[in-house]
Amino acid sequence: MTGDPIITVENVSKRYQLGHQVLDDTLRDRMARGIRSAAERLRPGARGVRRTVEEFWALKDVSFELHRGQVLGIVGRNGAGKSTLLKILSRITEPTTGRIRMRGRAASLLEVGTGFHPELTGRENVYLNGAILGMSRAEIARKFDEIVAFSEIERFLDTPVKHYSSGMYVRLAFAIAAHLEPEILIVDEVLAVGDAQFQKKCLNKVSEVTRSDGRTVLFVSHNSAALQSICSVGIWLSQGQIAGQGPINECLAAYLHTGNHRADFPAPAVERPHITSVHVDPRALAEGRIEVQVGFKSPFPLSPPVVGVIISSKLGYPLAGSNGRMAGKAWQPQPTSAGVVTACLDHVPLHSDTYLISAYLGDASMDYDQKLDVVEFDYVSPRFHPQMPPLHVIGQGDFGWRWSLRAD
Amino acid sequence: MSGPSTSPAAAASQDELIIEAGRASTHYWSDLWHYRDLLRFLTLRDIRVRYKQTALGVGWALIQPVVTTIIFSFVFGKLAAMSAGGVPYPLLVLAGLLPWQLFSAALSGSSASLISNANLISKVYFPRLIIPFSALGVAAIDFLVVLALYVCASLWFGRIPSWHWAMLPLFILVALTLAFGAGAWFTALTVKYRDFKYIVPFLLQVGVFISPIGFSTGVVPRWRSLLDLNPMTGVIDAFRWCLLSDGQPFDLRGISFSIVLSALLTYSGLWYFRRMERTFADII
Repeated sequence: MTGDPIITVENVSKRYQLGHQVLDDTLRDRMARGIRSAAERLRPGARGVRRTVEEFWALKDVSFELHRGQVLGIVGRNGAGKSTLLKILSRITEPTTGRIRMRGRAASLLEVGTGFHPELTGRENVYLNGAILGMSRAEIARKFDEIVAFSEIERFLDTPVKHYSSGMYVRLAFAIAAHLEPEILIVDEVLAVGDAQFQKKCLNKVSEVTRSDGRTVLFVSHNSAALQSICSVGIWLSQGQIAGQGPINECLAAYLHTGNHRADFPAPAVERPHITSVHVDPRALAEGRIEVQVGFKSPFPLSPPVVGVIISSKLGYPLAGSNGRMAGKAWQPQPTSAGVVTACLDHVPLHSDTYLISAYLGDASMDYDQKLDVVEFDYVSPRFHPQMPPLHVIGQGDFGWRWSLRAD
Repeated sequence: MSGPSTSPAAAASQDELIIEAGRASTHYWSDLWHYRDLLRFLTLRDIRVRYKQTALGVGWALIQPVVTTIIFSFVFGKLAAMSAGGVPYPLLVLAGLLPWQLFSAALSGSSASLISNANLISKVYFPRLIIPFSALGVAAIDFLVVLALYVCASLWFGRIPSWHWAMLPLFILVALTLAFGAGAWFTALTVKYRDFKYIVPFLLQVGVFISPIGFSTGVVPRWRSLLDLNPMTGVIDAFRWCLLSDGQPFDLRGISFSIVLSALLTYSGLWYFRRMERTFADII
């Protein structure tokens, strides 16, 4: 922690123009636009029609410093600018304004197995992916055995990776990345995938190299346990700006206890049974479960208090809902006038995405209060497949299909 | 610390790296050199993937030129009874087809290269020029296979290669730089305007008809000046001079035009590519 910082980020901002691509995607559009505006200019007395391109600042005035050997955790909601920041630091895209100074060679890992080709064998992909990540052929050859041993897939080394299970695919991809030896390592949400045991192995590897080699790591994750175990400092991004900065525990605590996973409601003017809070437990989310806590208060005992919870897609379509009445004999609480009802979903049949929670309050016979789409949260599924089609194609449900074939 | 085996990024950033709007050019050319292994693996990937799960494998690289040679020899040599100037007609066609296929594969490959590698561009940094370069590599390797076929065919017809062959690398380079210059323009434009995905195959289709592939330029003196506007005419003539040796005139004017044009295209193509490069990840 002595001497000059290894990374200095000064007032970095990144602007995107929304609709830009749609407007200009083909030459015809571009020409049509040109002709239209020319025609408008020619028309006498025409009011100047100004096309306003909507701007969006993905990052705004972000500044921080990082010293050699520090591990920085970056937290924030989806769309807060985390990935944009990593892309700028990785030189994939340029900042619109601001300046970054790096005093060491950097490698970035924004995706597991970038450039893996399904038709190539594991062996061929190790060399290809290694080169993509910035290793030289000699370097890959030197570390090849180590990479293979780490990945635990020796037997399938000469099988095309399209025949791999998702677990094997991820293990091989990680093994390559784990053997990069940059001074600065930039890692996006990649530990959300793979089985728990392998995740742990990777985390250990990361902490090992930071401790022994003094490597500097920038790390984005939704997994607060992982962040806490390997990061020393943290940055909390919110709407493109730094909302908090400091030791990782303080930073995480500040992030997790903001409105991100929690909504509180004041008592209504007319006294009636009402919902006081809706909270999605971030610790449960980090373990791949969903735990919703609904606080309520009533002028009379609710017999029994019935809470309904609905998970909706980020567009507001209800996906999975239930309430205490539906639980039947399995759940028969005492009548009470205030308390917190917790609804748990241990096996979440959903893919990773942003979801919304709605909550209802009632008793055995009627509903009293409802809070629709009040908490937004990011669910990171422990099941993941790298070649998964986008969710608008296959939908959010992840029901665990079973397959079979009868060959004729 | 920078031995020959250090990682590419290592030697490239011995001094500090500044990231700023408009500063993408820092270390660009040295980075390009340090990423040469990536160029190699991307080329290998495309070659390996192309013939995976095919029964004929690399045979496919030969079938197309063989069939085209047979058809062109029949149509131009037999039906139209055009003169080959004393060489076997199939050799004349194959010697013209060689540079055309090299150019055509290199141009279509490099023009489509950025779009087909969009996942790499949005996820990892490396000098983007690697991508169209690797498409050139793929085209060059296919070319070598067909060149071997030509050597066999040439010996079959009892013709021994002459000293003219020594000039071949130069003309291969001209065909490749022509393709690269145009390809750099097209691929950078395709990132923004997908129209060019359709324009390039169309241009190449037209090119087959306006290039002297199936006939010798000597048989169409009246249209010669028109034909010469096509930069590939000079390259094809030069290839025939190399490969067929006797009886083929060396057309200095034609090849000079091709060389000048390839230099202009490459220079301007590089300029446009580099100018657009920093926005690729944002708009691809």
